[in-house]
Amino acid sequence: MMNTTKAAKGSLLALSQQEELVDLPTNYPLSASEDEGDSDGERKHQKLLEAIGSLDGKNRWKLPERSEASLKVSEFNVSCEGSGEKLALSDLLGPAKPSPSLAAVKKQLSRVKSKKTLELPLNKAEVDQIHREVAFSKTSQTLSKWDSVVQKNREAEQLVFPMGKESSSFAPIEHVFSDWKARTPLEQEVFNLLHKNKQPVTDPLLTPVEKASLRAMSLEEAKIRRAELQRARALQSYYEARARRMKKIKSKKYHKIVKKGKAKKAIKDFEQLRKVDPNAALEELEKIEKARMMERMSLKHQNSGKWAKSKAIMAKYDLEARQAMQEQLAKNKELTQKLQVVSESEEEGGADEEEALVPDVVNEVQMNSDGANPWMLRSCNRDAKEDEIQADSEEPSEPVVHEISENEGNEKSVEEEDVLLKEFEERRSLRKRSKCNQNAEPVSGQETKDSTSKEVLSELRALSKKLSEENHLSKKQKESSAKTVLLVQEEEPALEEEEPLLLQRPERIQTMEKLEELGNEDCLPSKEPPRAAVEGEQMRRNPQYQLKGKKKEQMISLQNLLTSRTPSVTSLAVPTTVEELEDEVEREQKQMIKEAFAGDDVIKEFLKEKREAIQASKPKDMDLTLPGWGEWGGMDLKPSAKKRRRFLIKAPEGPPRKDKNLPNVIISEKRNIQAAAHQVRVLPYPFTHHQQFERTIQNPIGSTWNTQRAFQKLTAPKVVTKAGHIIKPIKAEDVGYRSSPRSDLSVMQNNPKRHSKHQKQLKKSSMD
Amino acid sequence: MKVKMLSRNPDDYVRETKLDIQRVPRNYDPTLHPFEVPREYVRALNATKLERVFAKPFLASLDGHRDGVNCLAKHPKSLTTVLSGACDGEVKIWNLTKRKCVRTIQAHEGFVRGICTRFCGTSFFTVGDDKTVKQWKMDGPGYGEEEEPLHTILGKTVYTGIDHHWKDPAFATCGQQVDIWDEQRTNPICSMNWGFDSISSVKFNPIETYLLGSCASDRNIVLYDMRQATPLKKVVLDMRTNTICWNPMEAFHFTAANEDYNLYTFDMRALDIPVMVHMDHVSAVLDVDYSPTGKEFVSASFDKSIRIFPVDKSRSREVYHTKRMQHVICVKWTSDSKYIMCGSDEMNIRLWKANASEKLGVLTSREKAANDYNQKLKEKFQYHPHVKRIARHRHLPKSIYSQIQEQRVMKEARRRKEMNRRKHSKPGSVPIVSERKKHVVAVVK
Repeated sequence: MMNTTKAAKGSLLALSQQEELVDLPTNYPLSASEDEGDSDGERKHQKLLEAIGSLDGKNRWKLPERSEASLKVSEFNVSCEGSGEKLALSDLLGPAKPSPSLAAVKKQLSRVKSKKTLELPLNKAEVDQIHREVAFSKTSQTLSKWDSVVQKNREAEQLVFPMGKESSSFAPIEHVFSDWKARTPLEQEVFNLLHKNKQPVTDPLLTPVEKASLRAMSLEEAKIRRAELQRARALQSYYEARARRMKKIKSKKYHKIVKKGKAKKAIKDFEQLRKVDPNAALEELEKIEKARMMERMSLKHQNSGKWAKSKAIMAKYDLEARQAMQEQLAKNKELTQKLQVVSESEEEGGADEEEALVPDVVNEVQMNSDGANPWMLRSCNRDAKEDEIQADSEEPSEPVVHEISENEGNEKSVEEEDVLLKEFEERRSLRKRSKCNQNAEPVSGQETKDSTSKEVLSELRALSKKLSEENHLSKKQKESSAKTVLLVQEEEPALEEEEPLLLQRPERIQTMEKLEELGNEDCLPSKEPPRAAVEGEQMRRNPQYQLKGKKKEQMISLQNLLTSRTPSVTSLAVPTTVEELEDEVEREQKQMIKEAFAGDDVIKEFLKEKREAIQASKPKDMDLTLPGWGEWGGMDLKPSAKKRRRFLIKAPEGPPRKDKNLPNVIISEKRNIQAAAHQVRVLPYPFTHHQQFERTIQNPIGSTWNTQRAFQKLTAPKVVTKAGHIIKPIKAEDVGYRSSPRSDLSVMQNNPKRHSKHQKQLKKSSMD
Repeated sequence: MKVKMLSRNPDDYVRETKLDIQRVPRNYDPTLHPFEVPREYVRALNATKLERVFAKPFLASLDGHRDGVNCLAKHPKSLTTVLSGACDGEVKIWNLTKRKCVRTIQAHEGFVRGICTRFCGTSFFTVGDDKTVKQWKMDGPGYGEEEEPLHTILGKTVYTGIDHHWKDPAFATCGQQVDIWDEQRTNPICSMNWGFDSISSVKFNPIETYLLGSCASDRNIVLYDMRQATPLKKVVLDMRTNTICWNPMEAFHFTAANEDYNLYTFDMRALDIPVMVHMDHVSAVLDVDYSPTGKEFVSASFDKSIRIFPVDKSRSREVYHTKRMQHVICVKWTSDSKYIMCGSDEMNIRLWKANASEKLGVLTSREKAANDYNQKLKEKFQYHPHVKRIARHRHLPKSIYSQIQEQRVMKEARRRKEMNRRKHSKPGSVPIVSERKKHVVAVVK
């Protein structure tokens, strides 16, 4: 069918006929299948042949002749022969079955069969809604890249505005020079010279020395170097410690042995030196001689020193002292003798020189311990040592490493400060605890307290460690959950219960005094109502209370009423004997109890207790008089009444006690109302536990209690703005995101949808 | 006998020059300072009192308009320049340091409905009741020249608001629909419409600059995407929203000033529940503007006061009013975040400090340190009753005060009624609706 219609169309298009017909077999495999189908009915076959014949011949269209009148007269001379039968696809497919080469065709046909008609386009409102939804989801997706930025800015310790970093980075010199050209002859000459010497002008611009220094900056080398330095330092400290330890040893025998050993060693060394290098040995000898001379000149061994004099006194009684004296004398003699023999002097000098032979480190330590001001000396020594170290290391990396170590020092100081702060905190908490302990058990040994405090400390540390770990964990969890929309995270604050931030009143308050009143005002009503309310309620409950109470108070005091024994009321009507018996038993028991507690007056005791409690809870007067100040003082002299009156500070009378009118109860008023006015009643919102809140309050932030740097850190404001600096809205580039290179306007103009609208509008406007 | 001497490092106590402060060695051991908390408490209390004593926010009033001030605009590059449009069609340019009017233009017939500056600061746009959009040069005309706009666009309908794009030469107007204009053309390059009521204000998002928000008289707020030229979403509130303002630091947050005395901060991705409901005004809120730090915003209200809200609090931290200030129509927070300007019905523009007790001018480093310390102390002890009481205290005109009381009573009554209803009906049939959900009627996709 398709073919025939095609053919019909082809007859209309006279010019393009030829080409189309040549192309047809390749373009439409359908026709090929038609060609091959020859096992069909005779008539069909005939028709097909005709069609084929018409395909390749010039006169394609053999106009069908009409032999009889037909119902339909076609415009295009389409015959209506066989109009009753319809050609179905299945008819065409039937013969194609056996040949496998037609599989593709079959597939195509089946696809054609399965295709349905197109649906109607959606109406405009629905299309718009879909557009909107898609656009919204797209934009909200792009917006969610800001989540992390917003979160970060909200949690930031400090935000400094304007936010964009000032571009203070200097352009590298080659960039600066690239624009510059030699103009004057002198400049040209200089350039020529430079080029001759192959001095790098533009690109690398680094001399070998600079390169080396750059390489020296590499991290690994620096690490190695640092490790070396650390080792050296450790060794040094070890030697220092050993020297100190040796020096501290008091045993004389030990020292004697050491001395002897040293002397022997010195002789041995000297002998060896003489064998190996006689010149050096001579020099050594001279040195020893010099040392001896110095010793002689110093008059150390004359018996004139303090030590010698004291020994001289003691020598009478003490054998050892005598021996020491004698040794000294002998030495003196030795020293004062005129010497010719070298060996003798050598032996003498050996002992003396041993101090010079001891390594430098030990000497330093001695100096430190003996010196007048250890601070000064230490710094000197340190400098000297550093110099030595510098001299030792001749590598180019050396200065860089020093810088690094200095930086470390700075960091260390910061860390130390942190550590210090932590320590303070711990101590503070410790103090609180110890106070509590004191209150609980005032009598306890110092040692036990110390030990407990230490335990507490260690516990605290362990706890804090755990806490921090937990925090880490929870933070991680939070971070993972933070990816969801911000809104979800924000806790829903109970808006209705939230009290206004401001306390708005029609009065204006301008002075400090009034402000103070304002502060007090707040606590006053909280004090007064309870009493008034209690009384009021009592009044309401029993209206006679007022009348009767006053009268009764005049007649009898409550105390008397309580202390006087109430006469035991025995019932008059006791009919049965059994009950009588029981009664007797009871009476006996009561008697017994009475006898047992004969001395105790419980009620009186209670009243006494109450009185004491009242007394204890009353605020005490303060006596600030200083006896003997401004007048005579002494054993029996008391400061004058005038002075006492003047310096006695009366405690303000507190509010009446709650148990004033309740005779048989003590209501503890340990909760200090005066203090309560200054205390926070409810745990404020962001805190979850009162200890958290207390800790924030406990740690002072002032410079009185903190080092300067800690103070600065603690008081750093959350938002810093500069006057006169314009703060621009945050930009994608500021936070490291890439903003789209194309402007919104250009994107919009390229948008096809908008374009069509625009054209429509243009049309409209032109029509108008 | 060796005598042990106390010796100190001179570095610790000797000052380097005579001009240095004497070094005072301190022992920070907490055991030696038993009264640190009470001392700090007293300091905090004093700092709070001083803050209240020095809270004098009003700086200046700029007078010169002959009708109510209808709109304000900031200069993007200069802190001293402010533009204002009045209800008689006059536009004035002010110099804030001199507190003088620099230039006056009769821009429109009827109201100046909207005014906005170009992002470069060389020109500004105004729209008026006379159905025109006019572009003006920021600098005045030369000698002998007439005061004339650079461009004038004649529209078919009244424009009620205008806002300029933050980067590109495009601007948006609103009226019956939101139009986006190329500066070079006299026809809008795109007009977006959703619903049939007049739109009162349109604002570009300062961060994601292709986003716009508008609010219309049929109680809705509509968001648009300029690139895709479609509206995105619409939220319908209880009452009409007068203006919206985008947060300049958080791309997806904006705040809407509503007629029902409240302000609503929305996350534009989740419009069904506002992030926060800000309530303290006692009459319709007419304008809102964010601090450039994005931490606070200021709102102007018909109740003759302006209030400053922290973004994350539902209650205001500050209220400003004067006897002579009438209904405040427009408000702006200056771009250095230090000052607030408000234009009101009685023809004046008032200049306020954003932080009422802040000392103006240059501070020495010690002053700055003391200031920081005081701020931190106030923050630390803010929950203590005395401190809280003093810090919260504000003077209010009687009218506002009584209205607050009245509204409190009304609210309480409503709450009680609802409680009673809940008590006497089947459990679960009267659900508890949170304050945030209460005011959103619908979200239309």
